[in-house]
Amino acid sequence: MKGNEAFAEAVIRAGADGYFGYPITPQSEVMEYLMAEKPHERTGMVVLQAESEVASINMLYGGAACGKKVLTSSSSPGISLMQEGISYLAGSELPCLIMDAMRGGPGLGTIQPGQADYFQLTKGGGHGDYNLIVIAPSSVQEMYDYVEISFDLAFKYRNPVVVLTDGAIGQMMEKVYIGDQKPRLTEEEIREKYPWATLGKTPDRERNIITSLDLDPYRQERHNLHLQKKFKEIEENEVRYEELNCEDADFIIVAYGTSARISQKAMDIGREKGLKIGIFRPITLWPFPKKEIRALSEKVKGILTVEMSAGQMVEDVRLHASEKIPVEHYGRMGGVIPTPNEIVEVIENLFVKG
Amino acid sequence: MSDTITKEQIFKPENIVYKKTDLMTDNVLSYCPGCGHGTTHRILMEVIDEMGLQSETIGIAPVGCSVLAYDFMNVDMQQAAHGRAPALATAIKRLLPNKTVFSYQGDGDLAAIGTAETIHACNRGENFTTIFINNGIYGMTGGQMAPTTLEGMKSSTSPYGREWHAMGHPLKMTELVARLPGTYYVTRQAVHTPAAVRKAKKAIRKAIELQQQKVGMTFVEVVSNCNSGWKMTPVNANKWMVENMFPFYPLGDIKVDGKLVKEV
Repeated sequence: MKGNEAFAEAVIRAGADGYFGYPITPQSEVMEYLMAEKPHERTGMVVLQAESEVASINMLYGGAACGKKVLTSSSSPGISLMQEGISYLAGSELPCLIMDAMRGGPGLGTIQPGQADYFQLTKGGGHGDYNLIVIAPSSVQEMYDYVEISFDLAFKYRNPVVVLTDGAIGQMMEKVYIGDQKPRLTEEEIREKYPWATLGKTPDRERNIITSLDLDPYRQERHNLHLQKKFKEIEENEVRYEELNCEDADFIIVAYGTSARISQKAMDIGREKGLKIGIFRPITLWPFPKKEIRALSEKVKGILTVEMSAGQMVEDVRLHASEKIPVEHYGRMGGVIPTPNEIVEVIENLFVKG
Repeated sequence: MSDTITKEQIFKPENIVYKKTDLMTDNVLSYCPGCGHGTTHRILMEVIDEMGLQSETIGIAPVGCSVLAYDFMNVDMQQAAHGRAPALATAIKRLLPNKTVFSYQGDGDLAAIGTAETIHACNRGENFTTIFINNGIYGMTGGQMAPTTLEGMKSSTSPYGREWHAMGHPLKMTELVARLPGTYYVTRQAVHTPAAVRKAKKAIRKAIELQQQKVGMTFVEVVSNCNSGWKMTPVNANKWMVENMFPFYPLGDIKVDGKLVKEV
């Protein structure tokens, strides 16, 4: 299965209620797969092609505010368009899933893979103080597995969750273990589980209002403090990462998604040459594995981040790594994917010969 | 004294000629005295109340003067980003087809920043009701030119009057959406006199009833005044509205049962 298809199948099986999207390369297969699969017949799930990414993200707002499991998928320029809506979703504390298959930018850029949306998704992107939970799969299996996990996190914290991937993983074909079909929640179940949902005011409760607005500055500050508390809780409890050969490593490559896959090959080549390379792969880009980077940096000689960008995640690595070791960045841009040999060469030049 | 009538004697059910609907909260309206929002809120809530739909209704508040509509309407409400109410309403109605859903939007929200969402929701024939308040100006931000501002009309961003060569023509959004196959009932009303209020309420009732039949978009424009934005007294604002707004935005049904009843 292709990564994009695995993602789409996982969405149906996770018991999602609605997908709202707008076509954009390299992830249009998600909506195509969903439309072809007729999820309205399989589970009653709604799939709607909206008039724009702006409309899509606001459709998520409407659906999420009713306690429904909703999602969209897009690619970098489309995500830029959604940022206003994402800010509203975070401000109104609405759960939803947003998949971003990153491409090279800026502007229309290219349809080839990129990883330059790190800043716009892990640092906010829209206006106001908020964070998104950002998960970066690096295999087709993870494209499948993280759908349900993301929905669970979104509802647990009432916050949007982003599955951050790229065209390479979306198009890549791998074997996938597929889970069972989860039932969609009934209206009664939603009323029970999510008492905040706007499903119609019944005599037993006050009306529900979903809004991010409060014109009273002190109440608005209180709301912000509440959000910050929630983000702190997420940072404490939801960090995910993977370590490969870090125990005996002299040099660590920090990379996520496609770059992590390529770096694995670089690690193998390096180790054959006698370079003790390990890989640290953040799975959650936010919350970022700060403590783990710190601990690791205290026992190695150097860290290299590999990203398909001019160096975005490297800022977070530098912020948390020990200042006693060099933290360098290697990246390609414009849709160019770095090769394993390039990466090994960079490590040799920076840390061994240097 | 035996001939004094007590309060208890007056407040008998049979003596009550008017009672505020429970679907309007007791919060003091944030609207300027004389503004049409309050009346439109009330008749919309009366319709939902009379039809027994409170527990099945979800409303969308826009950005604009009526951003706080949820403070006054005692139904479940969502507050949308500027112009995006039709996208929210679309999703709600698709996910919960049997709910009663309305979007309540002003002219800046619906006819400027939200034009795309409005046109496409209408064109898809989404089964919700749009309440469109048109007062030809941006009220909340302090009286700037709106897409619906009349030619020659002064606003804070057209201080010498709207001049179409530079500022474009006023947009008749309601006539525009009436031409789309997805709209089923399109009408233009006002709430400046008791007779107009009764008519407008009937139109809203019809729109909500048609929504239950899932026949497509039901769209009710309410031409209103903005006495503070127009810098007039409420009485003069209504007079000015009748003399200037109504000739350009004529009242009455535009599309009934999916058929145009007026040349647009």
